[in-house]
Amino acid sequence: MSIIVTRDLVRDFKKTRAVDRMTFSVEPGESVGYIGANGAGKSTTIKMLTGILKPTAGHVRTCGLDPMRQRIEVARRVGVVFGQRSQLWWDLPLRESFTILGAIHRLDEAAARARTDILVEQLEMGPQLRTPVRSLSLGQRMRAEIAAALIHSPELLILDEPTIGLDVLSKQRLREFLVAERRERGTTLLLTTHDMGDIERLCERVLVVDHGRLAFDGTLPGLAGTVGAQRIVVLDLAAPTPDLVDVPGTSLVDSEPDGLRQRLAFDAEVTTAAAVLAHVSARHEVRDLAIEEPDIEDVVRRIYAASGRS
Amino acid sequence: MKTFWLLVRAGFRRHSAYRLALLAGMTTNSVFGVIRASILLAALASAGTSIGGYDAPTTVAFVWWGQALLGTVNLWGFAEVKDRVRTGDIAIDFLRPINPQFAYLAGDLGRAGINLIGRGAPAILLGTLLFDLAWPPSTTSWVVGAASVLLAVVVAFAGNFVINLLAFWLVEIRGIQLLWMITGGLLCGLYLPVPWFPDWLRTIAQWSPFPSMLQNPIDILAGRVVGTDIASAVAVQLFWAVALLVLGQLVLRAGRRHLEVQGG
Repeated sequence: MSIIVTRDLVRDFKKTRAVDRMTFSVEPGESVGYIGANGAGKSTTIKMLTGILKPTAGHVRTCGLDPMRQRIEVARRVGVVFGQRSQLWWDLPLRESFTILGAIHRLDEAAARARTDILVEQLEMGPQLRTPVRSLSLGQRMRAEIAAALIHSPELLILDEPTIGLDVLSKQRLREFLVAERRERGTTLLLTTHDMGDIERLCERVLVVDHGRLAFDGTLPGLAGTVGAQRIVVLDLAAPTPDLVDVPGTSLVDSEPDGLRQRLAFDAEVTTAAAVLAHVSARHEVRDLAIEEPDIEDVVRRIYAASGRS
Repeated sequence: MKTFWLLVRAGFRRHSAYRLALLAGMTTNSVFGVIRASILLAALASAGTSIGGYDAPTTVAFVWWGQALLGTVNLWGFAEVKDRVRTGDIAIDFLRPINPQFAYLAGDLGRAGINLIGRGAPAILLGTLLFDLAWPPSTTSWVVGAASVLLAVVVAFAGNFVINLLAFWLVEIRGIQLLWMITGGLLCGLYLPVPWFPDWLRTIAQWSPFPSMLQNPIDILAGRVVGTDIASAVAVQLFWAVALLVLGQLVLRAGRRHLEVQGG
């Protein structure tokens, strides 16, 4: 049975249609990135999936339940993090939030403590347990939010922009944790983000939404392929080098004076950054390498340009 | 039940974090207690030995229990729920497998607890030291008085919760909150005992939930209401507690269907 099903889901606000006849389903164990520009309808969809907002029309089922009528049952089986809102008790030491949430989810005390200990260890939050939530750094708070959303071991984890505002290292740790959590428990993940790195590391499948409508449903390389968005390898070479025009699966974008820095575009479905590097370093000494990703907003724009909308 | 208790404890701890506010509240309550007791005793002296069943010790008890319960019973209301509706954080409350009213009630009982200890008890102690204060006349008055205080906290919470929920439909509810504060402050018997009101105003008060928030527990604790009258005073409170909690549930349900949380 699908863990999320929407059919012709619509939500109107006063003058705008935030979600427009959205139809998709997510199977248990899947990991889905839900992307789109600001105001595209991502959060609104999530709020309908979790029983916060009443759909204007259409059908929605989460874990086989009607979220509006069976809100509490859905809340027991789903964990949600809104990156810009907190579910923790601001004035209390972090540990208290976990205790209270364990009780709200009616976990027995030993089970709640065992689960908390695991999450605290994996998310490296031990030193912060006695700190009041208001004094945590953003990175620490976000890890705490994720732990709080997972305390009842939900089948489905929904993250709404979990890495917004985080530094590179914090993002990295969060992603590693989520990968491990999914591997161990098979948790289904639905993630909205503006960060292509989140999608690449975490999601097998991508849904792109624009103006409330589903514009794409497939894999990330497929998405880039659909719109011809390419990744770019930036190679810094040790010595002046002739233009690298013969690397398989790539095309030269530009070459800075004497060929010390060359940019090669490639299609993720044809070759990989590793293959490009291997090919080049077999022939020249490579000092440094960087990869430029296609920008999500750009990809979304291209999708709509391609389908004749703007 | 364990959930409820933990939420009560959380409310208690949250509010005990603000020790300076408690101290300031206690000081203000005490200063006003001295002033009010002096004024009412002067009024009493000019009128004879008692007004509307209040002699000097019961009048003093009326004043000091009022001051003591002022922080415990949230007469002036709270803005937390309203703010969460306005900012959309109420969404978080709907993501929990618990009724939000139940959770906020528990938090408010915790808040009441720390205020009773931190503000109420010192005020009563001071009142006893400075004035001749009537103590509850029997164990029944103590026990039922305590239950009556609890019900007063619930009634005040439940009423304010409904007011806060109006934020689902209105952009700004400050005017309504102000109206509630002014009406409530007068009709709950904070400034003057309800039995001292002119007939018409007393009738209005008696048909409102406000005396259940202050006058009833004070009357039981000050020993003005005794015997079977205690039962009816508590029954009225119980009625208002249940009625306002049910109303809160209905409004909450309607609000959820009306909710518009855009963005974020």
